[in-house]
Amino acid sequence: MTSDHDPLLAGLAAMAVPAPGRLLDKVAARWTRVPGPAGDVYVATTDLGVAYLRTAGTAEEFTGLFRARFGRPLLPASRPPAGLLTALRTGRAGRVALDLRDLTPFAASVLAAAMTVPRGETRPYGWIARQAGRPRAVRAAASALAENPVPLLIPCHRIVQADGIAGGYVFGTPSKEALLRHEGANLDEVRDLAAAGTRYLASDTTGIVCFPSCRNARRITPAHRRGFASLAAAGRSGFRPCLHCQP
Amino acid sequence: MNQTATGPDRIAAELAADLDAGFAALFEAHQHVLFSTALRICGGWADAEDLTATAFLRAFRALSGYDRERIAALRTRPWLLTILLNAWRNQVRTAARQPRVVLDAEPPEPEAHGASVEAQAERHETSRELAALLDLLPDRQRVAVVLRHVADLPIAEVASVLGCPPGTAKSHVSRGLRRLRELKAARVRPDDPALNTEGVKVS
Repeated sequence: MTSDHDPLLAGLAAMAVPAPGRLLDKVAARWTRVPGPAGDVYVATTDLGVAYLRTAGTAEEFTGLFRARFGRPLLPASRPPAGLLTALRTGRAGRVALDLRDLTPFAASVLAAAMTVPRGETRPYGWIARQAGRPRAVRAAASALAENPVPLLIPCHRIVQADGIAGGYVFGTPSKEALLRHEGANLDEVRDLAAAGTRYLASDTTGIVCFPSCRNARRITPAHRRGFASLAAAGRSGFRPCLHCQP
Repeated sequence: MNQTATGPDRIAAELAADLDAGFAALFEAHQHVLFSTALRICGGWADAEDLTATAFLRAFRALSGYDRERIAALRTRPWLLTILLNAWRNQVRTAARQPRVVLDAEPPEPEAHGASVEAQAERHETSRELAALLDLLPDRQRVAVVLRHVADLPIAEVASVLGCPPGTAKSHVSRGLRRLRELKAARVRPDDPALNTEGVKVS
């Protein structure tokens, strides 16, 4: 090229610039394998945050699943994203940024509601449908949980059947039960109460009615504990719903 | 930029062997050409970043659906640039349908390091003038000039990206250059009806 002597061509050639360093992160996600509460998990992270988490098979399997769902290249990460290990150990997403941009608005509100359920407690599927703004869409809410891209970080395992049966889980029902027991949830008690027709527990000292897994329900001493089959029945007896578990 | 238009494409072979690892090589090899081209056709730094990212993402999605033979036969650089230009045309079309607010405060383009401050300032001034003149060219000539002289593609690849015979690509480039020279000459004459003193279109 003769651009050395032609200022126009030299000027055009000088317009070639290096791409900004962060550009690759806008395109490709990064994967890492880290210990989870029940064995290792693979985690994919984009520039926005953690986008995908699955239990460990092989890296190839994980890459294949990720590609099928997100259509994005996946490269190895040099280190896990900040806060991830702590979040997996404590069961609280906390500071970990999540990339949930591909979710439908309904799925996003279902998962946002699931995030509010504390460790050691459970909520029924009907509750989460109501929290997500569509109380009758219980099945749709369950599907949204089953499609949770980041289980463990968004604790969809804390949503169970109203009768205390654990129900479906992206990693299988046995994992769900094991996780809940590991977190100290009172699955068996909820199940026994439900078998006897009790879905809510109330305290006659506070006048408050809760889900049986609520930390406030578990503090009620047997002498003051009242069981109810429905919230309406509790309401008729003068109990108001707990602000913590929002039955 | 040191890849020939006709030789075997090393990156395509890597992609055919392993899509994700090959993609890293594809990105590494072509990001600067794609970004430089994007910057000159859409003007703003942030828009150019988004357009380049979009093009690479679309390329990856297309590759996911191709079989090994098709990937191995790709000439990756013109293929990527074709995707970039299609993505840009789509954006222009969409923007025309839903006009959005244009912010005046586009962040300044980061300077290349290494050169002295004066040389940088001078180079930046020249680039800005030239960029303003480039914007006055019809799209086809502008794209041809950018591909040939900014991205430094051989004519055969320019033709492949524009989807026209090499002779046609060549004439787009030379007409574009001639027009640029005319505009440059006219820029020093403030009474030129097509330009104001800043070298910006009056209309």
